Amino acid sequence: MEERKDTLILGIETSCDETAAAVVKNGREILSNVISSQIDTHTLYGGVVPEIASRKHIERINQVVREALAQSGTELCGLSAIGVTYGPGLVGPLLVGVSFAKALSFASGVKLVGVHHIEGHIAANYIEDPNLEPPFLCLVVSGGHTHLVNVRDYGEYEILGRTMDDAAGEAFDKVARAIGLGYPGGPKIDVAAKAGNPEAVHFPRAKVAENAYDFSFSGLKSAVLNYLNSCQMKGEEYNQADVAASFQAAVVDVLTEHSIRAVRETGAKTFALAGGVASNSALRESLEKACAGLGVRFCVPQPVLCTDNGAMIAAAAYFELQKGAESGLDLNAIPNLKLGER
Amino acid sequence: MIVFESHSDEDTFRFASKMGREAVPGTVISLTGDLGCGKTVFSKGFASGLGVTEPVSSPTFTILQQYESGRLVLYHFDVYRIGDPEEMEETGYEDCFYGNGVTLVEWAERIRELLPEGTILVRIEKDLEKGMDYRRITVENTGG
Ligand SMILES: Nc1ncnc2c1ncn2[C@@H]1O[C@H](COP(=O)(O)OP(=O)(O)O)[C@@H](O)[C@H]1O
Ligand SMILES: [Mg+2]
Repeated sequence: MEERKDTLILGIETSCDETAAAVVKNGREILSNVISSQIDTHTLYGGVVPEIASRKHIERINQVVREALAQSGTELCGLSAIGVTYGPGLVGPLLVGVSFAKALSFASGVKLVGVHHIEGHIAANYIEDPNLEPPFLCLVVSGGHTHLVNVRDYGEYEILGRTMDDAAGEAFDKVARAIGLGYPGGPKIDVAAKAGNPEAVHFPRAKVAENAYDFSFSGLKSAVLNYLNSCQMKGEEYNQADVAASFQAAVVDVLTEHSIRAVRETGAKTFALAGGVASNSALRESLEKACAGLGVRFCVPQPVLCTDNGAMIAAAAYFELQKGAESGLDLNAIPNLKLGER
Repeated sequence: MIVFESHSDEDTFRFASKMGREAVPGTVISLTGDLGCGKTVFSKGFASGLGVTEPVSSPTFTILQQYESGRLVLYHFDVYRIGDPEEMEETGYEDCFYGNGVTLVEWAERIRELLPEGTILVRIEKDLEKGMDYRRITVENTGG
């Protein structure tokens, strides 16, 4: 086999709460992965997520990128490219990453590659499973996104279904708040549910009439609130763990059912999970089991690659670069960026 | 001031859709009401009245979602995650509030001081005595 030079990519992610940077080799191997999270400050506020300030990103980005380069033993000039999230997200936080990446690229002459945040989440699976190649189906579930995606090829995406109202992670956060579990809702409900009975309360598994792959979680949120209200009106105490478990079961059922339907109808051989909610233990278990039952390969990144991170952005940038996609120094933050668009 | 009694999410959707059909450039609407009251249902109805064809989902996490397929550009905010009005700078909100599109703001009470003069105040309230699906929607025109 012909010897090839390794492709080292620096990935930068600032689209939401995390300031993150990483160096990844050949799109698959992590050399460093530095994440500076704002989650500790958030939990102080008991459920409210107050700090959306790009100020925090600005304070941290230089240090985070230096760390990522140092830990990987890479010099800026040894990089093949700098990948950066340029959407979707809030313009303020996005601009911090994009401007920083552009400045680095300009100063060093290293290529720049703009990356879609969700494509990054999907690409986390290329790191987790070095043999994973398209085509495969991917369920991306996070605080802001719920997408069932057919990954036809590297960088080629077809959205099969999406949420019509609340994202899966958002539903977790809102229900956690309603039952007094606080922020972040996903992990809190995951833990609480382990002590509860998932069949204690039957919450609806919402269907969307127009498209069997679409999701709706707002009705489920209402059902939980109505249940809590009716307990209150009857002067009854509700069981927090049971509500958490029953709610989680409803979310997991719907996500699994739609995913399996898509696997069946597309004949996919591989199914991947991605995004922050992919860390939910009940969801991982349910999808793993369902895939095993169909003889379909199941892939899910380890939790550190499910949350926002720079490694997934570097991985996505690698495959973009392979296709010759490169961004100019006029790269801008695009808050409304759609999947598969450039 | 208008008070509308809604008995279902469709009622709320239709009521909001009518407001969407009549909305003029520069309109800013403040939407207040507890979790699960129907602020997003209202927004979906309003968007449909404007002629927005894309699916309108909750912007709780993204804070701002922009839709361009309607008669006017729609800026859909959810400022629940905004702790301090100063953080609104992150969203570039001034271009939306003072532009030629229309703006909906869920949880607008959190950024009251930033709302422009003439903001239309929409309050959605439950009344459990009247059933789980009952909502009282109050619309107040502050600009006159
Ligand atoms: N009369 C009503 N108007 C609006 N929504 C209603 C009504 N009755 C029941 N609902 C339900 O309440 C929920 C409102 O959710 P949503 O619009 O996301 O609330 P919010 O954005 O205020 O948190 C939906 O599931 C909707 O179907
Ligand atoms: Mg809402």
